[in-house]
Amino acid sequence: MQNRALLLKLLSAVLLFGAWEIAGRVPVSFAFPTFLESMAALVRMTLDGTMLTAYAETLKPLAIGVAISAFLGIAIGLWVGLSKFFDWLFSPIFIVMQAAPLAALIPLLVLAYGIGLTSKVLVVCIMAMPVIVLNTSGAVRNTPESYKEMGRSFLASDLSILVRIIIPAASPVIFAGLRLGISAGFIGAILSELKITPTGVGDIITYSRSIADYPSMYAAIFSIILLAVLFLNLLEKIELALFKGNERGYVSD
Amino acid sequence: MAMSQIKEESAPAASAEFESAVSVKNITKNYGDVEALRDMSLEFPRGQLTSLLGPSGCGKTTLLKIIAGLLEPTSGTVEVGGKEVTDPGPDRAFVFQDFALLPWASVIRNVAFGLEMRGVAASEREAIAEKYIKDVGLAGFENAYPHELSGGMRQRVGLARALSVDADVLLMDEPFSAVDEQTRRKFQEDLLALVQNENKTFLFVTHSIEEAVYVSDQIAILLPRPSRVSEIIRPSSFRNKGVDNIRRDPEYLDIVDEIWASLRSYVE
Repeated sequence: MQNRALLLKLLSAVLLFGAWEIAGRVPVSFAFPTFLESMAALVRMTLDGTMLTAYAETLKPLAIGVAISAFLGIAIGLWVGLSKFFDWLFSPIFIVMQAAPLAALIPLLVLAYGIGLTSKVLVVCIMAMPVIVLNTSGAVRNTPESYKEMGRSFLASDLSILVRIIIPAASPVIFAGLRLGISAGFIGAILSELKITPTGVGDIITYSRSIADYPSMYAAIFSIILLAVLFLNLLEKIELALFKGNERGYVSD
Repeated sequence: MAMSQIKEESAPAASAEFESAVSVKNITKNYGDVEALRDMSLEFPRGQLTSLLGPSGCGKTTLLKIIAGLLEPTSGTVEVGGKEVTDPGPDRAFVFQDFALLPWASVIRNVAFGLEMRGVAASEREAIAEKYIKDVGLAGFENAYPHELSGGMRQRVGLARALSVDADVLLMDEPFSAVDEQTRRKFQEDLLALVQNENKTFLFVTHSIEEAVYVSDQIAILLPRPSRVSEIIRPSSFRNKGVDNIRRDPEYLDIVDEIWASLRSYVE
C-alpha cells in the first residue's frame, strides 16, 4: 500500500516532467526551456550558492508572514467562530482581503510602509490570512452540536469544551485552511519580490528573464514550488501527529 | 387484564409506594411561538426504567434534555434526588442517539472523558474505563478509534462512558435507534440486566412501542400538540419470566396493541 502510493507519485512526476521535456523540445515557445535544461540550471545555482543567498532573503518575509498568519489567523478565526459580535466585526475585513486584487494594492502598501521587509510581510499576510481565518471560524461554527452537548453533560468547562472538543473537531478544516493559506503565502512572497523590490528568488526570476536565461528562471520557479510542496507535506505530518483520529481516509499518505 | 394502570389526563402522580429519583414539575418549554412542552409533570421511580414513548414531535427528547440540564425550561422545575437542578450535574449521565463519540480519541479516552472532566487522575480513570469497556463487551478495543467500530460497538462505548461516571440517573435518548435490529435486541436484553444489577434510575426515550414495553418498568405515553402525558402504564407480570419469554407473554402483546391503538390517530 505504502509502496503503491509512492509508485503512483513517482509515475505522476515522470509523466509531468516528461510532458515538460517534450514541450520544451518542440518547443512550445522560445521562452520555454526543457525540463533537463531547467534542472541543470537548478543544480548549477544550488552548487554556486546563488540559491542559498536567494532563499536566505526570500524566506525572511515568507517565514515571518506565514507564522503571523497561522497564529493570528487561527486565533482570530476561533474568536470569530465563537462570537456573533466578532463575526460581524471581523468577517467582512477578511472577505474583502481575500477578494481584493492584491497586485493592484501593492503600490498603496509601499506608499504606507516603504519597500522594506514590512511591506513584503504584509503581502504574505494578506495572501495567507483570510482563508485561514475564514476556514477556522467556519469550522468552529460547524462543530457538531451533539459533541458540545456531550461535553456539557459530562461537566466539561467552557475552556475544556473549546480545547478538548471544538478545536480538535475543527482541526481538519483548520488544517485545510492552513494548507491553502500557506500556499497562498508562498505566492505572496514571490509576488512581493516581483512587485516591490527584486530580492531573493524574485530577483533570480526577474534577472534571468531580462537576460533571456529562461532555464534559470524556470529553475527558480520550480524550486519555490518544490519548497511549498515539501512544506505542505510537513504540515500534514504535523496534523497527523497532533490529531491521530483525523486519519479517516482523506489523508493521502 | 392483568396490568396495573394509572389513567389520568394530566399531571399523573407517582404511586405512593415508589420513591422518585427524578421528578419533573409543571415544565413548559416554548421555542418562540411553538409550544414544545406544556405544563408537564412526571415522576421517575428510583432504580427503575421509565420510557418516554410517543410519536415524533411530542417533545420526549426535549423533556430528556431539560432533565439533563442541556436545555432550559421556559418555566417549571426538575428535581433529581430531591434537589432542584438547572445545569448538568454529576448525578446524571447521558447516552446520545448519535453516540457523540469524539472521533479523534481512542475508545478508552472516550470512555474516560467524563472522569477526566471530573478531574480523576489518569491512571485511575484508565482503570475505571477499562473495567466498563470490559463490562460492555469491548475488551481488546481500548485503543481502537470510533471509525473502526460498528454502530452497535460505538453505542457500547457511549454506554460505557455514561456508566463510568457512576451517576445515579442514566438518561438515554433513543440509544438504540441508530443500530441494526439484531444488535438492538441484544442491547435490550443487556439493558434489562443492567437495570437489574446496577442500582440506577434509567430514563429511556424511544419511538418503538415494542422496545418500550420490552425494557420498561413504567411507560409514559406522550402525545403532541399540545405535548402532554396522556397515560402511564406499568407492566406487571412478565418482567420476571426471563428475557426469552417476554415477547410472547399475553400481557406484553396486549400492552403493545393498546399503546398502538391510542397512538394510531396521532401518526400521519
